[in-house]
Amino acid sequence: MGQDYIYPEFEVVRREDRCIRCGICVKQCANGVHAWDKERKILHIDESKCVNCQRCVCFCPVHALKIVKSEAGFRENANWDNQTMKEVYLQAKTGGVLLSSMGNPKPYPIYWDKLLINASQVTNPPIDPLREPMETRVFLGKKPAAVQRDAEGKICCQLEPQLELAMPVLFSAMSYGSISYNAHASLAQAAKELGIYYNTGEGGLHEDFYAYGANTIVQVASGRFGVYEDYLNAGAAIEIKMGQGAKPGIGGHLPGTKVGADISKTRMIPEGSDAISPAPHHDIYSIEDLRQLVYSLKEATRYRKPVIVKVAAVHNIAAIASGIARSGADIIAIDGFRGGTGAAPTRIRDNVGIPIELALAAVDQRLRDEGIRNQVSLIVGGSIRSSADVVKAVALGADACYVGTAALLALGCHLCRSCQTGKCNWGIATQRQELTERLDPQEGYRRLVNLMTAWKHEIKEMLGGMGINSIEALRGNRLMLRGIGLNQKELEILGVYHAGE
Amino acid sequence: MVKIEAEGKSYVAINDEIHQHAGDILITDCCGQRFIGAGMGNCAIKIQGIPGNALGAYLNGGEIEVFSNAQDSVGDTMNAGRIVVHGNIGDTAGYAMRGGEIYVRGNAGYRTGIHMKAYQNKLPVIVIGGTAGSFLGEYQAGGIIIVLGLNRDGKKIVSNYPCTGMHGGKLYLCSDCQDVLFPKQVTAHTATAEDMQEIAPYLEKFSQYFGMDLQQICSQTFTVVTPDSQNPYKQMYVTN
Repeated sequence: MGQDYIYPEFEVVRREDRCIRCGICVKQCANGVHAWDKERKILHIDESKCVNCQRCVCFCPVHALKIVKSEAGFRENANWDNQTMKEVYLQAKTGGVLLSSMGNPKPYPIYWDKLLINASQVTNPPIDPLREPMETRVFLGKKPAAVQRDAEGKICCQLEPQLELAMPVLFSAMSYGSISYNAHASLAQAAKELGIYYNTGEGGLHEDFYAYGANTIVQVASGRFGVYEDYLNAGAAIEIKMGQGAKPGIGGHLPGTKVGADISKTRMIPEGSDAISPAPHHDIYSIEDLRQLVYSLKEATRYRKPVIVKVAAVHNIAAIASGIARSGADIIAIDGFRGGTGAAPTRIRDNVGIPIELALAAVDQRLRDEGIRNQVSLIVGGSIRSSADVVKAVALGADACYVGTAALLALGCHLCRSCQTGKCNWGIATQRQELTERLDPQEGYRRLVNLMTAWKHEIKEMLGGMGINSIEALRGNRLMLRGIGLNQKELEILGVYHAGE
Repeated sequence: MVKIEAEGKSYVAINDEIHQHAGDILITDCCGQRFIGAGMGNCAIKIQGIPGNALGAYLNGGEIEVFSNAQDSVGDTMNAGRIVVHGNIGDTAGYAMRGGEIYVRGNAGYRTGIHMKAYQNKLPVIVIGGTAGSFLGEYQAGGIIIVLGLNRDGKKIVSNYPCTGMHGGKLYLCSDCQDVLFPKQVTAHTATAEDMQEIAPYLEKFSQYFGMDLQQICSQTFTVVTPDSQNPYKQMYVTN
């Protein structure tokens, strides 16, 4: 109150003529926005607690509720907008580092929306995917530089370990801890059915999910949580996390309050203890050091699994990727500055890193220029929102895409960006049992399969339209893209012509 | 016992041979080959010569004994088992180690026991006979690190910035630590009889491995360092 009072961002509007006082909104809101006032016999609304997650709106049986953005706010100012002022007040009150979640919400350019896809007309006719076979399968891993033959002239088929994907999409790394058990169960089952992979994040692997090992990527991060022999051997690939798009250059930190019995088991740390992932791997100061970690993991798993190195897209990403390719990694995952997160310092999330589109184009070109593109596969994420983004990414040079936020949306997330509170009303970014129960893994899995099946159809249609019948033939095929509203430098980095050229 | 002659062999070849022979193994003429015993769960390896970096990384049981020095990242992310080194070791020994024991007769480099953990019945232990470099026990989250500082000829038992970010476990230094500067979030006190009892079995093993006088070690003054909180960064953030 007093100086620190800020008028709530959202107003919850109840149509009294429709409301039947059933109390479902009270039960559904973990933030305590709705409450039954016994004395006055009315449903009371405390909009100051509302995060606009839409849970009450969706579950009101008579559609009596809506949430609207409040018109109230500080005096308009283009330089000092409402959010910026609010953040100053919050820090003046608490002295705390601002903590946010999900991806960068600021109005930076989204290059996916400034790239247009080609289609065939007259010559080289389009292909109808309903009639003709379209190959969406991709293999991630090192490819030989040339065809090798043995003494008798037969082709040597001994390849380095590969990941086979039925479509060029994987679910991004999201740890058990940042998301719930049921969210992981949904992702694991969906990955299995779709013939793709999900990623444990740095939170270890729950014993129940070892059964999905063939569709699991296990992560090794600076905190090494849950990393041991069985874990490394359980997955189809191992990902070394050097960085993350939402918070490049800083570590992770799961507060002890969120480390309950089950989380403590997968992370293999005591209950209630902070799970701190330091910003750097303290044994990695060079590409040679990275190579040591890559090969220690390969040795420990007898060269049966590809090793992925995940980095955030930052200014010098092309040179960094070149170094990673030379470290012996099989796959490089690059996470753009719009990548989501369960919690990141606001300033880092909103100001550090570069767009994935530019990073991808720069990396693919650099690896080609150096003649080492075949030595690694590229996965990009942060953020891939639709099948069109996937197609554009592949045309820019990606082998596959990490999809995180879109997968969470399929599970019910409404992008209220309040994961860091641990009170997710959709049962995703929370560990509170009464909330996690709300996400039915069967339903979640079905919705994820639906989403990706739809994307796969769309990808085939876009490919067919270009007269292309496989993802392989689209990869790095930048002539299939044109820029719109981009300046010369942007076009140069993206390696595409402007529309009309 | 199977003998593997390491001279001229790559680490891949050496580990292949180790995998083929479960049982007692002697590696001779080792000269910097890395990753020996990485990810193994049931090995008994003795090494003559100097093994390279990441000796016994992800070790999950068994024992590795080295009769000379070892290099960086000994026992990286070790989960169980034992590593005994009769010489000195390099940097980042026992990084994120969760269980098992590392015994070193000589000195250790930088960042020994960084992010060491503990879990359920797993309690990782590192015993360093000589001195330790800077950042000893950085981010330590569990387990026990013991530095004995034997034969150190006036050298500090530990170099700069020990226990930075420590939020679990215990550090024992065989010194009154008047010359050691600890960070604010930890407390150092002179070891009590109870503290000493806790590490008695490890000191006993150390003296057995290296033929040291246990009584003489135990009669010295030890300083014990513990963190003040398991949650050092609790107050740092505000939800935006």
